[in-house]
Amino acid sequence: MKYFKMMLLGIAASAAVVAAQAQVRLNGAGATFPYVIYSKWFDLYSKQTGVQFNYQSIGSGGGIKQTIEGTVDFGATDGPMSNDQLKEVKAKQGTEVLHIPTVMGAVVATYNLVETGTDLRLTPDVVAEIFLGQITKWNDAKIAAANPTKHLPNKTIIVVHRSDGSGTTSIFTDYLSKVSRTWEANVGRGTSVGWPVGLGGKGNEGVAGMVKQSEGSIGYVELAYAVKNNLPFAALKNKAGEFVGASFESVTAAAAGTIKSMPEDLRVSITDADGKYSYPISGFTWLLVYKNMKDKSKEAEVVKFLGWAMHDGQSYAKDLYYAPLPKEVIKMCEKKIDSIGK
Amino acid sequence: MTSTTQTNYGDTIFRNLTRAFAFLILLLIVFMVYEMYRTSASSIEKFGWSFLTRSVWDPVQEEYGALPFIYGTLVSSAVALVIAVPLSVGVAIFLSELAPAWLERPVSFFVELLAGIPSIVYGVWGFFVMVPWMRTTVEPLLSDHLGFIPLFRGAPYGVGMLSAGVILSIMILPIIASISRDVLKAVPRVQKEAALALGGTRWEATRIGLSYARSGIMGATILGLGRVLGETMAVTMVIGNRPAISASLFDPAYTMASVLANEFTEATTDMYLSALVEIALVLFVITIIVNSFARLLVWSVTRKNQAGRV
Repeated sequence: MKYFKMMLLGIAASAAVVAAQAQVRLNGAGATFPYVIYSKWFDLYSKQTGVQFNYQSIGSGGGIKQTIEGTVDFGATDGPMSNDQLKEVKAKQGTEVLHIPTVMGAVVATYNLVETGTDLRLTPDVVAEIFLGQITKWNDAKIAAANPTKHLPNKTIIVVHRSDGSGTTSIFTDYLSKVSRTWEANVGRGTSVGWPVGLGGKGNEGVAGMVKQSEGSIGYVELAYAVKNNLPFAALKNKAGEFVGASFESVTAAAAGTIKSMPEDLRVSITDADGKYSYPISGFTWLLVYKNMKDKSKEAEVVKFLGWAMHDGQSYAKDLYYAPLPKEVIKMCEKKIDSIGK
Repeated sequence: MTSTTQTNYGDTIFRNLTRAFAFLILLLIVFMVYEMYRTSASSIEKFGWSFLTRSVWDPVQEEYGALPFIYGTLVSSAVALVIAVPLSVGVAIFLSELAPAWLERPVSFFVELLAGIPSIVYGVWGFFVMVPWMRTTVEPLLSDHLGFIPLFRGAPYGVGMLSAGVILSIMILPIIASISRDVLKAVPRVQKEAALALGGTRWEATRIGLSYARSGIMGATILGLGRVLGETMAVTMVIGNRPAISASLFDPAYTMASVLANEFTEATTDMYLSALVEIALVLFVITIIVNSFARLLVWSVTRKNQAGRV
């Protein structure tokens, strides 16, 4: 009898939830990297407008998959969808999917060298050769050449990479593929790759933890994570030949540096970007929205929200350790957003 | 049952209902296997049996093989059992035979408490406390004194197969220890008393108890084995996640459960997903094989025991 009552209570409660759902509720799924700013945005936006969001940060791969299957109202990803995937979604959902960049992030090479201290400088070749296992000692001539004033110990380099599939790995390996032919031919780019050397840590915290624990190690983590946890990270030589440290300004500069070559569909990698002040391992994160949704009231709300994200939303980026979009990119996004439903 | 002339509807309903529950379990397993087989079809078709013998795992080139993961799962489980079984049987003997009552209760309580700790807590502890200790103390010590065995050679990274085995052994110790203690306590008092009365020492009496409890202890070990084969989070944090087969226990390795946890969310292509599901299928089959083998062992030991007693 008790259970029966509990069941009745449960049914009553879910009925109440259904009643509350009468207002618009947008379901999304995807990338974990922008989760912090997205949840801030969704919270603020729903307080202002009453639109409810339900965002599952299941990873970019899952976000793309659910967008293709049409089980969500929008997806989110750190790496753009492939041409095949775009074709698939068009066939299954009968509408195109648009990529709308929202904020930017960067990946930094964090290291643990007590004697050397901060401000290590690395060139693209050196980063690639370390992660290929070709440079194995910290006092290698190639590292020394970029750091003439630094003391570099005769220690074995311990490489640490992400073990879980992630957008961070995707940006990092995209960069390595651009700067090293050997890398592109033997390893390639992706959310998970076959690493030639190294230990795998789960998540940013796993990589950072292993680097912190082992002297002589080097790994890569998101800029936001490194800044929040005060990790030392290397300045990298960019395409213009300057050594640039990662900062929100240098990431925004990287996006600005690629404006001219920005494709119409905004699916673009901005690693190894042009420009004197550009940090070379930067990337966009995108929302995936349908060009035509079956539910027009939802479509209108998605358009309104995207407009808000491009303006009011951008001001929250820096406080949450994301780089805001440059003005030129926002203009391009607005054009895309305007085309929704038309 | 047939002797009752009256039909008891309650009994019939009850029997059919419980039978339905039992079949539901079977149905669930069949459905799971079918579903895994269906989802991994493209990987099975492309790689065939060689999936089990290939060592390459390259999501970019779409080349997959499960051997390093199978190796990692089996070896880390073996290391865990080698450490945990003697330890837990020792704990069980002390608690059931030797410990005074005032000590037995609190120690038993803490052993059982260990079993209730979530695996992620073991993982975090392993990562921040055990791994540095392994790197700075245990592994250098082992390679200094036992370095002539290939198992204990190589650079001490801290993370690796040995750390995974140790953390797993800590996780299964409470299961094996507490069941073994209960089994030892269930040995008839007269057996031990008879041994003592015949002038046997405490050790000899305990041995008689142990031979009675052997199948129970093995059953406890199987339960522990079941947990180590599928353990995911704690292992992922300390094993180093490198799909490679290496003679040294210090080197990083990878298990089937870990690769699933790590790569499933970002598996974007169909072949990638298919290969991961095939790993799940392989893990499922290996779990069944290992468990049946262990059960066979228990069965043969029990039979021998009974034959000896007659």
